[in-house]
Amino acid sequence: MHVAITVNGGLREADVEPRTLLVDFLREHLGLTGTKVACDTSQCGSCTVHLDGKAVKSCTVLAVQAEGATITTIEGLAANGALHAVQEAFHEHHALQCGFCTPGMIMTTVDLLGRNPDPSDEEIRHGLEGNLCRCTGYHNIVRAVHEAAEAVR
Amino acid sequence: MTTEAPPKLFGEPVRRVEDARLITGSAKYLDDLKLPGMAHVAILRSPYAHARITSIDTAKAAAHPGVIAVFTGEDFEHLPALPCAWQAGGVENFVNTPRALEIDRVTFTGAGVAAVVAESKYAAEDALELIEVGWEPLDVLVDAEQAAAEGALQLHENAPGNIVMDWTCGDEQATADALGEAEVVVEERVVNQRLIPTPMEGRGAAAEFEPATGRYTVWMSSQDPHIMRLLMTAFVFGIPETKMRCVALHVGGGFGTKIFLYPEYVLMAALAEKVGRPVKWVETRRENYAATTHGRDHTTYLEIGAKRDGTITALRAKTYANLGGVLSTIAPGIPTTLYGRMLSGAYRIPNIHCRVLGVYTNTGMVDAYRGAGRPEATYLVERAVDLLARELELDPVAIRRKNFIPPEDFPYDPGILRGLHYDTGDYGKALDRALEIVDYEGFRSEQEEARGQGRHLGIGFSTYVEICGAAPSAWIGTVGEGWGASMWESATVRVHLTGKAVVTIGTQPQGQGHETTASQIVASELGIPIEDVTVELGDTQGAPFGYGTYASRSAAVGAVAVYKSLQRIKQKARRVAAHMLEADVEDVEFEGGRAFVKGSPETGKTIQEIAGAAALAYDLPEGEEPFLDDTTYYDPPNCTFPFGTHVAVVEVDGETGEIALKRYVAVDDVGVVINPMIVDGQVHGGIAQGIAQALWEHGIYDENGQLATSSLMDYAVPKTGFFPPFEIDRTETPTDVNPLGVKGAGETGTIASTPAVVNAVVDALAPLGIRHLEMPLTPERVWRAMHGAKG
Repeated sequence: MHVAITVNGGLREADVEPRTLLVDFLREHLGLTGTKVACDTSQCGSCTVHLDGKAVKSCTVLAVQAEGATITTIEGLAANGALHAVQEAFHEHHALQCGFCTPGMIMTTVDLLGRNPDPSDEEIRHGLEGNLCRCTGYHNIVRAVHEAAEAVR
Repeated sequence: MTTEAPPKLFGEPVRRVEDARLITGSAKYLDDLKLPGMAHVAILRSPYAHARITSIDTAKAAAHPGVIAVFTGEDFEHLPALPCAWQAGGVENFVNTPRALEIDRVTFTGAGVAAVVAESKYAAEDALELIEVGWEPLDVLVDAEQAAAEGALQLHENAPGNIVMDWTCGDEQATADALGEAEVVVEERVVNQRLIPTPMEGRGAAAEFEPATGRYTVWMSSQDPHIMRLLMTAFVFGIPETKMRCVALHVGGGFGTKIFLYPEYVLMAALAEKVGRPVKWVETRRENYAATTHGRDHTTYLEIGAKRDGTITALRAKTYANLGGVLSTIAPGIPTTLYGRMLSGAYRIPNIHCRVLGVYTNTGMVDAYRGAGRPEATYLVERAVDLLARELELDPVAIRRKNFIPPEDFPYDPGILRGLHYDTGDYGKALDRALEIVDYEGFRSEQEEARGQGRHLGIGFSTYVEICGAAPSAWIGTVGEGWGASMWESATVRVHLTGKAVVTIGTQPQGQGHETTASQIVASELGIPIEDVTVELGDTQGAPFGYGTYASRSAAVGAVAVYKSLQRIKQKARRVAAHMLEADVEDVEFEGGRAFVKGSPETGKTIQEIAGAAALAYDLPEGEEPFLDDTTYYDPPNCTFPFGTHVAVVEVDGETGEIALKRYVAVDDVGVVINPMIVDGQVHGGIAQGIAQALWEHGIYDENGQLATSSLMDYAVPKTGFFPPFEIDRTETPTDVNPLGVKGAGETGTIASTPAVVNAVVDALAPLGIRHLEMPLTPERVWRAMHGAKG
């Protein structure tokens, strides 16, 4: 099937099998490997991207479902060479170690702060429950989200 | 020329140089690798825990569109089974290891039996379903104690009683005598449940073969690419190491699982040769759970003896270590050297005896998981001390303090470390700091008040010591205490013509930030900006050799190699500068990025000028070789022994059995700290994994050997909301083992935290008469214990 999807600001078209997952379309067809696959069952959130401005797990969206949509991946988050405030905060507060969950964690955080610009500790921990990290114990991620919230405000 | 040297970065919370790649999605992990002409591999795995393969028909799969070829175990019969590289020392080991693909029998669900090579991963996975296997299911054993019992089914012909090894340490008779004479003896059966490590990135491998040279290149998500090359070339393919290059890209977490040589890595190299194209395989999470190693799984019969005043006189442990259906690379070494030999903990225990039975069962392979043996030892010792305190009605802090090895006793020989000594320690200091942070006295009053209101508050301690910095090669090698290799590390430092430095190391991070810490050391020693340092790692074409990253050894061994090379480079820089300054080398010192004549710092040469002169070599001192570089092979004289106190505060809900972790305090002493931000991060992550063992995680096989926790839907990897913020601090007792004073910090959190949490829950429930609970402390288990205890 033919799909036309706007990805990180550019229109991308391809012929794909109907069963092609959005994450595979991004990774295999477009070479945007920043988005990760880590669980196969939609638990871990490593594959989180923005679809029409909302965070979605791209392992549970078919590429054909995204026909006509606008997608932002981790590669498209920095604008004009400047890191997004969430990327800066993750770096500054050591909110990543191996980095594998990080693209998804950052994309979810951007979405969370869009909906709630001043989240409490509890709201952050609740808001990120769809994203697993095995390295950080989440401690510094929560700090980074607070910091990013302040910067975004 | 004088320039302001950059500030020393050693010891500072320098932000990581790795992050720029990781936060923008540009970092390349194994699955991001795309080679020209690359084919995709999927592996058919056994649905049975124990079965004979009577036939395999691959014809339909081979005919499927997009399929290049299908292979079974017989295609690789010429390759030997994988090596077991660390066997238990001093005893016979009855070894059975996996093959690239199993041929006629499987001993755990998830064992690979056939492989499809296809043009796409979708086609490869489709074709798996078309392979027809004739299975003859056999009886199954999943529990180690039952497998070791008399009359049990035999899983391997060469392993009578399903025993891998029967290993002991310590003095059996003296310990029996001391227990016999003890004023009080406490016994308990303690289970350290099976865990599934779950790095966010699973395993994967890719390979290509060059027929013209007979050379393989294998990419793996690995903690130790040099070891992978050694094991594959010497023990599987029977080729010189020069015929294989192993490469690790960014590694998305390992926690031990990526130390080992797995069948799939051998398979990829062999397939690349057979199909004449590069191949790649990346495991799914289900494969990660079934076929990547698990951790822990001990059942221990514990006895601790003491005087009435709380002085510990003896400790005896008999442990059944479930090692799975076949052995992973260093499986027998973990519950022996890294467990039995650490059972003295932080205490003077004059008599210790430990017997470990390694047991085959029809379960997945068990090997090192973060902490590797030390979490099991620490859990046992810290529970033992609490059980003893309860029996004697002593305060858990007081009994620990009474038995601590005092600072003046270091170096301390616990008697079971086969000649190694605990290097340095001040256990009371870390305990004091933790008590201060948690306000112990205040908590006990609060607890008493809460009890009056029918609430269940508890506090738990873990005053641990662990072993890092593996290891002196002579200790490792002589009598089989370690794997069949030495344990030094190498580093090469080159200062190029422009004054930019390149460091090549043999350790391989999985998130620990080696590039940052190595860069800090180089920048600090040479006085150059950290941006001027590049760290190369992960490739056997880089460092001469390296044993890899595990056992918290990369700072205590690897970083020391870097440091030593830098000292020699500075010596050479002094000689070259003295020549440039027409001064006597004895009169020249190197500090802050400059070499200058003592007493007149304005007369000097910068490291950049010296590096340029050394590289151009137009005018060097008589007999001096060009270029500023050095290679070090550092073999540590001893291991290092970090320690500390962790404290958990919990409240148990009497209605539901749910546990609220209210506070978590950790005071660790990992010696000198190179980057406190990175060490804090290691501690946070370790604590989370250790708490998760106490409260949530459990890898469960049913009676048929089916993994009931086979995905993230079933296995309880903790989420953000499961934890409070961690309150962490440090004391600093440098080691005298290495010139940096660093001990190692990657595993302390995992090692310490599990017993702290369990001790806290048991403390909360003590008024109900509960003295021990098995992990994980699920609400159901806790509720049943509370209500059973009441009834």
